[in-house]
Amino acid sequence: MLQTSPALTTRPQNPIIRVRGLEVGFGERTIMRDLDLDVHRGEILGFVGASGQGKSVLTRTILGLVPKRAGRIEVFGQDMDRLNAAERRAVERRWGVLFQQGALFSALTVKQNVQLPMREYLNLSPRLLDELALLKIEMVGLKPDAADKLPSELSGGMIKRAALARALALDPEILFLDEPTSGLDPIGAGEFDDLIATLQRTLGLTVFMVTHDLDSLYAVCNRIAALGEGKIIAAGSMETMLASPHPWLRSYFHGKRARAVMPGEA
Amino acid sequence: MDSALAHEPQAKIDRSPGEVRAAVSGRWTAEHAARIERIVADLSEQTEGRLVFDLAAVERLDTLGAWVLDRTRHELEGRGLATAVVNATPEQTILLDEIAYRGFQEVPRVAHSSFVSFLVDVGQSVAGAGRDLVGGTAFLGELVSALVRVIVHPRRFRGSAVINQLEQIAYRGVPIIVLISFLVGCIVAQQGIFQLVKFGATAFVIDLTGILVLRELAVLLTSIMVAGRSGSAFTAEIGSMKMREEIDALRVMGLDPMEVLIVPRILALVIGLPLLTFISSLAALTGGGVTAWLYGDISVDVFLSRLRAAVGLNTFLVGLIKAPFMALVIGIIATIEGLSVKGSAESLGRNVTSSVVKSIFMVIVLDGIFAMFFAALRF
Repeated sequence: MLQTSPALTTRPQNPIIRVRGLEVGFGERTIMRDLDLDVHRGEILGFVGASGQGKSVLTRTILGLVPKRAGRIEVFGQDMDRLNAAERRAVERRWGVLFQQGALFSALTVKQNVQLPMREYLNLSPRLLDELALLKIEMVGLKPDAADKLPSELSGGMIKRAALARALALDPEILFLDEPTSGLDPIGAGEFDDLIATLQRTLGLTVFMVTHDLDSLYAVCNRIAALGEGKIIAAGSMETMLASPHPWLRSYFHGKRARAVMPGEA
Repeated sequence: MDSALAHEPQAKIDRSPGEVRAAVSGRWTAEHAARIERIVADLSEQTEGRLVFDLAAVERLDTLGAWVLDRTRHELEGRGLATAVVNATPEQTILLDEIAYRGFQEVPRVAHSSFVSFLVDVGQSVAGAGRDLVGGTAFLGELVSALVRVIVHPRRFRGSAVINQLEQIAYRGVPIIVLISFLVGCIVAQQGIFQLVKFGATAFVIDLTGILVLRELAVLLTSIMVAGRSGSAFTAEIGSMKMREEIDALRVMGLDPMEVLIVPRILALVIGLPLLTFISSLAALTGGGVTAWLYGDISVDVFLSRLRAAVGLNTFLVGLIKAPFMALVIGIIATIEGLSVKGSAESLGRNVTSSVVKSIFMVIVLDGIFAMFFAALRF
């Protein structure tokens, strides 16, 4: 008698994030217009695009950090504009964000950083609070002695891992990663990719990953979406991307660096 | 089944000889942490034989639920009891495997009595003050050697940086310093008149205000204002440059941060503070004059002639001589604090605060030393 995990019980045709007709701009400049994007439950979506095309802006718009001019954003099937403050907080509880520079609170130790959202949202006994924070810290591959260090005492890779532990503190359903492997050496980046894949399997996460790293795209992403000229120019599997005639995608996936990753390309 | 109660974590216990079967149901998630802990604690107390967790009816299992289950299994196995988890979905199995109990040891905390920690604090702050003194002296030496280098190679002197700093420190500081000096001059004169009128010596308020302002008040007010305005800005600028490795970037380009950043700032302070002190003296004397005229019926002519008689050149110089030394103290403290900023935003804030507090303290101490010095010289 097997039971499907909660992540799989909802109908898969219902996207966990649905963006429709989104328009975002600053002042005179329009960054994206009429943009549609779906993120499905349980997938790892790799999000690519040239620098300055607005990958981070789109992520931040979905997260509600950048105001939009038009369009609709639905997360967990709820229109983000129609939520009151309490409902919004309930949605925010269900996602975790790994910022590009980690954004760890510099005055708190790693453990306190991980515990901060737990203290705010959950009513845990002191023992469980400690154990759970240490568990998350170990799950992301940090040594327990890193728990009592301040962010300024950590290396770049450790900061990413600590920030990931904080993003996972509340067992989120969606994990937003902003360039998770930037600034890591190739081995560290590979380990980080494996870690994300393992955590995604273990915790049934949906992962939205902004990345430039072709290795990450090949290694962990189920689906790729590419942003260009303010729109999604293509979305689908790696094969779709490779077959796309779009000039930017061609040079991105068939360029010199891509050939090094994909031995099949000549 | 939609009510909140329906999702509460439950455990249905089925006892048979030598085995306890706990059919758990509901949401075993972090929201229900307290209840989960209680259920599991009761279970583990009452169990004597084999314990089986049946996960068939669990609606949701997150890391917290899995952790508590796994921890309980580990504790029971430590007591020599057998445990098992059955009917877990593949996802739940992966989660339970991934979590696999780790013994987190409590880091032992060394306990001190409050008296001992008080003594430790006192000792540390005395040692810290000593280190500050040594560090300050060493820094003064570095500064002087950098100055000599600049004098020997005048092409390395950054004139435009000095002018820019002078604008920030002196020119933009004029309005606020004029305002507070004027007000303090008014207050001193007013209080002087109220006291001196009892002796019929109202006219002496001019001597009082003139000497007090020129010898002490103008330079003190200006130094404190500059420590708050410019000393804090130095510490913040240099500190954030240190945080973002900009100072290291200067070094690897073969530029001496001392020459590029610090000499121009301290030179600008040493030039700017006496200028501001002079302006402050004028403003305070004007304030005193206006008050003397309003409260003491002393006309402008009388005020000026009496002031000329009461105040000698030495009185004026005493104030002005102190100003560059105050500037040096403020500059050195601000730079040392800025350079000792560590990586975090919190440390930047702490160092800016301590820069201002230490500068103002040292300015007042230095003023006291000068007062004794000039008294001994009868200047």
